[in-house]
Amino acid sequence: MINKVMETFEEAVADITDGAVIMIGNFAGPGGLPYYLIHALKKQGARNLTIVANTAGGTGLTLDFDDHKILFESKQVRKVITTYLSPSPTRPSPAEKQIAAGEVELELVPQGTLAERIRCGAVGVPAFYTPTGFGTVIAEGKEVRYFDGRPHLLEHAIKADYAFVRAYKSDRMGNLVYRGTMRQFNPIMAMNARVTIAEVDEIVEIGEIDPEVVVTPGIFVNRIVRIEEDPGFPRHLDRSFWIRDSEAI
Amino acid sequence: MKERLPREVIAMRIARELFDGAVVNLGIGIPTMVCNFIPEGITVIYHTENGALGFGPVVTAEEFEERADIDLINAGGQFVTPLPGMCFFHHADSFGMIRGGHIDTTILGVIQVSEKGDLANWMTPGRGVGNIGGGMDLAFNAKRVIAATEHITKGGKPKIVKQCSVPLTAPRCVDLIVTDVAVIEVGKEGLVLREFAPGWTVEEIQSITEPKLMVADDLKEIEL
Repeated sequence: MINKVMETFEEAVADITDGAVIMIGNFAGPGGLPYYLIHALKKQGARNLTIVANTAGGTGLTLDFDDHKILFESKQVRKVITTYLSPSPTRPSPAEKQIAAGEVELELVPQGTLAERIRCGAVGVPAFYTPTGFGTVIAEGKEVRYFDGRPHLLEHAIKADYAFVRAYKSDRMGNLVYRGTMRQFNPIMAMNARVTIAEVDEIVEIGEIDPEVVVTPGIFVNRIVRIEEDPGFPRHLDRSFWIRDSEAI
Repeated sequence: MKERLPREVIAMRIARELFDGAVVNLGIGIPTMVCNFIPEGITVIYHTENGALGFGPVVTAEEFEERADIDLINAGGQFVTPLPGMCFFHHADSFGMIRGGHIDTTILGVIQVSEKGDLANWMTPGRGVGNIGGGMDLAFNAKRVIAATEHITKGGKPKIVKQCSVPLTAPRCVDLIVTDVAVIEVGKEGLVLREFAPGWTVEEIQSITEPKLMVADDLKEIEL
């Protein structure tokens, strides 16, 4: 019987080695962030990591929210491939400080190019041309080719060893569905990595997820861990927790 | 110094550029405010980079307890409200919509904009690093790019310049510049002053604009 469910986040990340390339589902703030996998990785201690994520952590709704910035604080990261460092130079994220100090290597990528590099890495396309970035610093050192008279840059796929993804529901086959804007990078990262680990709210019986609405087919998912109720991390809303530092409202 | 239009009025003027059924992506800052001023009878479909189309207004402070949902945010990290008919999709599809030319209008903030329509809005001078986010894909690929900005910097320097001195977001991408004193179209021959804020003369606007402005035949006061 296929059963990818694991009991703990600790065992799900136990085999990650130093130097691994890890994709982390993330946009801005806690929605769609595999919070417990990130914390388990910090405890596990693998170092020299390359992190691929929309932001380098420490950004979004609550600046003091412990997202993947904790992996920078614990000096586990060697390189970050990202689109966003911190909202303001007066409030630099741990990653921005370490990049400025030369401790972490930065590959800054336009967000659409990052998404497509991840998607291409997932689907066997080694590289692609995009108009985005021509005539800017992003174009430095890249091959340029004209299509229909418009200049395009050659961009290369990214491949990950591990993807940490956040989903709403899974079955034991690993079929995933998401909730709202939780989806963001998670489905394409799930498709990409050699080992994909999903952090989910609920694990349901086989057949309970309508096959018409599966977003991530189960073959892309290797390990599944359900989030236990944890009063320390309100998954749903607790105004006092999320509202601090929020410029949103 | 003469009175400038408040940021809300810049947003109000830009809202008049949107048409019924337009697919619109709003950047952070003044652009975000545009959603509050959509003219009656016009329905626009909002797109956000993090994978949603057709969502409703931003959750207000009064509504927070009841309506804020961490799984329903826009690209600025604001909580937004659900609307019947909205849909969700992943990031590669979201930027497929942008790169593929399916976004009718994007409204973006400005650090500098040049007379050729070059836009710089991702790296402030002297910082050394910056945040590209989704702005570069939007600036390159949306069908129409509207730049929303104060006319000059807090230090009094022109933001509309001959040539940008900070790293570009995209060259030759801006179609219309709406500021707190003027509406300026980026034409093939250069910048065309189309509208002015109440009380401002062409000469006064030119004096705080680096490149030479051409004046539209039908130059008029900004109408809201």
